Amino acid sequence: MELAYGHPKSLKPIQTKYCPGCGHGVIHRIICEVIDELGLQEKSIITNPVGCSIWADLYFDIDSVQPAHGRTPAAATGVKRVRPDHLVICYQGDGDLAAIGTAEIVHAANRGEKFTTIFVNNAIYGMTGGQMAPTTLVGQKATTAPYGRDPEGAGMGYPIHVLEMLATLEGTRYLARGSVNNAANVRKTKQYIKKAFEAQMSGVGFTMVEILSQCPTNWSMDPQESVEWLEKNMIPFYQLGEVKNTLEASK
Amino acid sequence: MAEEKRLMKGNDAIGEAAIRAGCTAYFGYPITPQNELTAYMARHMIDHKRTFIQAESEVSAINMVFGAAAAGARAMTSSSSPGISLKQEGISYACGADVPCVVVNVARSGPGLGGISPGQGDYFQATRGGGHGDYFHLVLAPKSVQEAAELTFEAFDLADQWRMPVMILADGMIGQMMEGVTFPEPRDLEKLPARPWAAGGQYKTHRPINHVSSINLVPDELEAKVHERFLRYEQIKKKEIRFEEVNTDKADLILVAYGTSSRVCLGAQQMAKALGIELGIFRPISLWPFPYDRIAALAAKGKRFLTVEMSMGQMVQDVQLAVAGKAQVSFYGRCGGNIPTEEAVLAEARKLLGK
Repeated sequence: MELAYGHPKSLKPIQTKYCPGCGHGVIHRIICEVIDELGLQEKSIITNPVGCSIWADLYFDIDSVQPAHGRTPAAATGVKRVRPDHLVICYQGDGDLAAIGTAEIVHAANRGEKFTTIFVNNAIYGMTGGQMAPTTLVGQKATTAPYGRDPEGAGMGYPIHVLEMLATLEGTRYLARGSVNNAANVRKTKQYIKKAFEAQMSGVGFTMVEILSQCPTNWSMDPQESVEWLEKNMIPFYQLGEVKNTLEASK
Repeated sequence: MAEEKRLMKGNDAIGEAAIRAGCTAYFGYPITPQNELTAYMARHMIDHKRTFIQAESEVSAINMVFGAAAAGARAMTSSSSPGISLKQEGISYACGADVPCVVVNVARSGPGLGGISPGQGDYFQATRGGGHGDYFHLVLAPKSVQEAAELTFEAFDLADQWRMPVMILADGMIGQMMEGVTFPEPRDLEKLPARPWAAGGQYKTHRPINHVSSINLVPDELEAKVHERFLRYEQIKKKEIRFEEVNTDKADLILVAYGTSSRVCLGAQQMAKALGIELGIFRPISLWPFPYDRIAALAAKGKRFLTVEMSMGQMVQDVQLAVAGKAQVSFYGRCGGNIPTEEAVLAEARKLLGK
């Protein structure tokens, strides 16, 4: 009998440490499915962030490099430049990418570095316990925004649309935003990842997929509430789809 | 066949030596007084079809080095004091993940922005593990353009051998001055030491996956890792201590200095000789590991020491540690970008000798 659906080879067959309802496990899985589909398990390197997904190197059955918080795009730059034939995946969360690592991501994108950034946006700091992220929505509560994010009154600023900001840079070729709050969005997100990885392997410039993801623990919700909250609050603000695609122009 | 001697700036010579040593990835950020080095690499790395990036910051540059070296390349970055402070985060991670690389500090005077003239105020930072955590790395201090080239060439081999960053601690004088220099033959990139632990290339051998990482949240495992590193440090202390001595057998007073200040001391020693006064010179070349034992042996022979630095006195503490109270240790230094004069060092020595 033909196997219709199985565990991806590139993902270790172990239970993750992520909280129930967390999106990282699903995101790891669809990345690994794409790696397998492209036959790149032994030719892939992931550079991991600092945050909950620091655990990625426990689960991805591929080579990994673990740099400092926010510096992942710089390290991925070094990796890809000396291993140009490899699939290099730069995995980052919202604190890592949109706060401490803004210089690194902007300049890696602007140089058109030929790796793919997977940007997991759950609008909160997970590992450190629910602090406000640059992508925390207006009014959303966090341990460091106990009365909710107040952009002007409390000077907390507005949530950042990272993809739209990076889209202005010539070096970026493919920027898409997906979500893992339901099965349809998971499938679409996987397609974005596949398109980005294929583009990377064909040698074009910077590619990135932002993925909206749940953090039930730090949102103080159960998993079911968290996917509904994401749908109602995050998707209207961070609109899904391809924000920029100039891949055709390079053919 | 030895090549002809070339007249070069120290900064350029360090760049040429790195290329010959098989550096295939260089990442830098502009800062005076090391700018010629970044420019040299920009021109010549591109000509050699190797990786050169002018990074957006020193922080990014050291992390690009981390990534490139973790993926198997001989990688280098260079900067000057304020930029080296920014690189300390990355150096700590490289030490924690056992990633070999070369970091060049063409030091200037500080603290803060300080000045752009030469300084030796980065000694503590360089030799005590300037970032967070328990670690050390090799630190080599050249006194001339020729030695800067030789030590840079060798630094890449040492980094691979000991799996750690190696720092070349030069100063603005070494970087900016021109001297004659000859270079070793370029290394064959195909014959560089293998890095079986590095990320990438798994498809060639089908080995188990590699993680290049400094993280470990299990205290006993992390402790074991740190212990393993410190056992390696003991080996390095046995094998990699380097120093140079001049006239230490005849002289009662020994000038201790490294880099540019050791050149000044040599001038003072020659002036003293003309006056019939014997001075010795002890020049540490490896600042970590520091040649404690040899200084202790000289102290046991009844020698006295005058440490001369372009700082308010940093290496002098290592000299004091070496003699362990068994010999007199004096200090003379200038800072702010000033360089001690031969006359001032001689006057200081004569005062101590009463001659």
